[in-house]
Amino acid sequence: MSGTIASAAGSGTVAVMMSGGVDSAVAAALLLEQGYAVVGVTMKLWGGESDSGCCSVSDVDDARRVADQLGIDHHVFNFGDTFDEFVVDPYVAAHGQGLTPNPCIECNRHVKFDRMLARADALGFDAIATGHHARVATMPGGGLRLARGADAAKDQSYVLYMLDQSVLRRLLLPVGEMTKDEVRSHASRLGLRIASKPDSQDVCFITAAGGGRPAFLTERMPLTPGTVVDRSGATVGSVDAVQLVTIGQRKGLNTAGQGEPVYAIDVDVPEARVTVGRKADLLTDVTSIGRLEWADQAPVAGRYGVQISAHGRVAEAEVEPGPDDTLELRWVAPHNKVAAGQSVVLYEAETVIGGGIALP
Amino acid sequence: MSEPQTYLDHAATTVMHPAALEAMVAEMQRVQGNPTGAHRIARDARRRLDDAREIIGDLTGSDPGGVIFTGGGTEADNLAITGLVGPGAPAEGKLAVCPATEHHAVLHPVQAHGGRVVGVNPDGTVDLDALAQALDAEVAVVSVMVANNESGVIQPLEPVRALMDERAPDAVLHTDAVQGAVWLDLAEAAAPADLLALSAHKFGGPMGVGALIVKHDTKLAPLLLGGGQERERRAGTQNVPGAVAMAAALAAYARDRASENARLAAERDRLADGLLAAVPNTFESGDRAKKVPGSCHLCFDGIESEALLFLLEREGIYASAASSCSSGAQEPSHVLAAMGVSRERAQGSLRLSLGRATTSTDIDRALAIIPPAVAHLREAGS
Repeated sequence: MSGTIASAAGSGTVAVMMSGGVDSAVAAALLLEQGYAVVGVTMKLWGGESDSGCCSVSDVDDARRVADQLGIDHHVFNFGDTFDEFVVDPYVAAHGQGLTPNPCIECNRHVKFDRMLARADALGFDAIATGHHARVATMPGGGLRLARGADAAKDQSYVLYMLDQSVLRRLLLPVGEMTKDEVRSHASRLGLRIASKPDSQDVCFITAAGGGRPAFLTERMPLTPGTVVDRSGATVGSVDAVQLVTIGQRKGLNTAGQGEPVYAIDVDVPEARVTVGRKADLLTDVTSIGRLEWADQAPVAGRYGVQISAHGRVAEAEVEPGPDDTLELRWVAPHNKVAAGQSVVLYEAETVIGGGIALP
Repeated sequence: MSEPQTYLDHAATTVMHPAALEAMVAEMQRVQGNPTGAHRIARDARRRLDDAREIIGDLTGSDPGGVIFTGGGTEADNLAITGLVGPGAPAEGKLAVCPATEHHAVLHPVQAHGGRVVGVNPDGTVDLDALAQALDAEVAVVSVMVANNESGVIQPLEPVRALMDERAPDAVLHTDAVQGAVWLDLAEAAAPADLLALSAHKFGGPMGVGALIVKHDTKLAPLLLGGGQERERRAGTQNVPGAVAMAAALAAYARDRASENARLAAERDRLADGLLAAVPNTFESGDRAKKVPGSCHLCFDGIESEALLFLLEREGIYASAASSCSSGAQEPSHVLAAMGVSRERAQGSLRLSLGRATTSTDIDRALAIIPPAVAHLREAGS
């Protein structure tokens, strides 16, 4: 079964979250063309007064000037406290536990589609909109599901898997119908100043110029050196920071002379130990996930498409309930182990059923 | 726009006084001689600049020679602090001291040069015991503002001066009078100060011009190097139209200050009392008796300023909360934090600042619109 994609209705007031990038700029432009009353909102989440990276002054300026070009009002909301509490602090804590967090997903869950949504409600907006490459589909039973964006390479449905009916029915994703090229040409046609602005980086609050993830985490938590052992327990290498190693990682393990490439197959932060093995040792038949969230209702046991990273390949798994509100995914073909902490998203054809977080 | 506009953000900036606008346009329409030049046209410009200097000196208790025109209040404050204790300055290596509620134009240079920041009382006035503790022979400048830009609280300069005489007799007293100039006769209110910063656009003059008043010939290192303008204390061709307009505005404000202060204090009281009565769980920051007449500063528990300002703007009411950062986002108020207001309560702060253009209709509208907006946000839980 696959849903029908909702078409733009075109009335009411919409708060469009404008990051300063091209997707959200075109989203605002399209909503205006469709007849909505549009207000641009940029969330100030991170950084000081002259920061770079996420929510930088120049990004806010870009959003503001695009709003000026479009002739819409633009407001900046400071949700920095929520971002610290629900995105940055947990990101750091997760590394301390040897987990692999996805801060973009936490930002969507707690900031964009919770705090911002509540603010939009309080201010009387009928809907919110973003520039995400995804769509909202109406299922045959009337329920709504998130669906993949028209541009498969840019699809962002994975990072939005937590959206439920209460959000989906107030959410507009105008660029979900377009390819990225179409978005950029639309921006050029409108003469928007950000038409050729590069896509944003992965973790917005960490900049390469600032020393990247190691420097960011070092400022906020103790990083501990670790030993690298093979499956027999023999030491074969070392790492500077065991908290920065992710399952599947090949580089930076300092395991010269091992012949075949080796991969991290287990990370034990309390013991400061990384176990390495061959590529085949990464494979598993089953993955358990917790913190389950569904667009509508939990899936019936059966076979579904599963995606474990933002632009990862879809693999098939037989899904059945596990103990204590967990779900067990039995991979149809052996699958690489999923790093604990990563989000695991279930798809039915092109639509998102929901998902959860990989358990250790 | 045809819908009613109620501007209650005069502490941010205010409309130009007609006398200032007229003086400025007239000046710009003249052939503008450069006031440092030697010929007649230049000398004419110099004369009008010095007329402005004299007017401003008179109104602030200074000789005309003490008036240094600057690019605004921030530059004047920076010149006072950095010009004294910054690199290469006469008191380099010594310290600046200020209360924690100072404008960032004072606070940041004080901190940048390793100075001492002292606390304030819950009513917003400087904690004199803490100040006394911070004063010693190492201190070269103490900076205490005439009136606070957020709370509107007037600082007691006499006791500050008395403490300095006792504990740091060689230090100079600088006062940021940017918010005070509208409401107070600075020749009197800022009499204890040696240095005094002004910003024209707060009192009906244009943006981009201000002055540092140096009353007792304090030696300062210039921030800008270049020509010898302003007696080598501020290089760069003077903004003659700006200076002329600034003097006209200050003089115009001085003329009807008494009656306007009385009128606006009554309107402010009507506004503050009305909101306190109409909106439960509302708190007034500081002590109103110690505030400038146009300042109404309240905290509404259980709401966020950003949301309230959005709703008020939709109804044509323009106000502000704490200071905005360069992105335009609202930042938590350092002033309220220093006064001991909890971060949670400070999140619901609203500054309504009245000015000469404020009418009783503006206050009526604010009283009609703000209470239901706060109630709505409390109900919505955001």
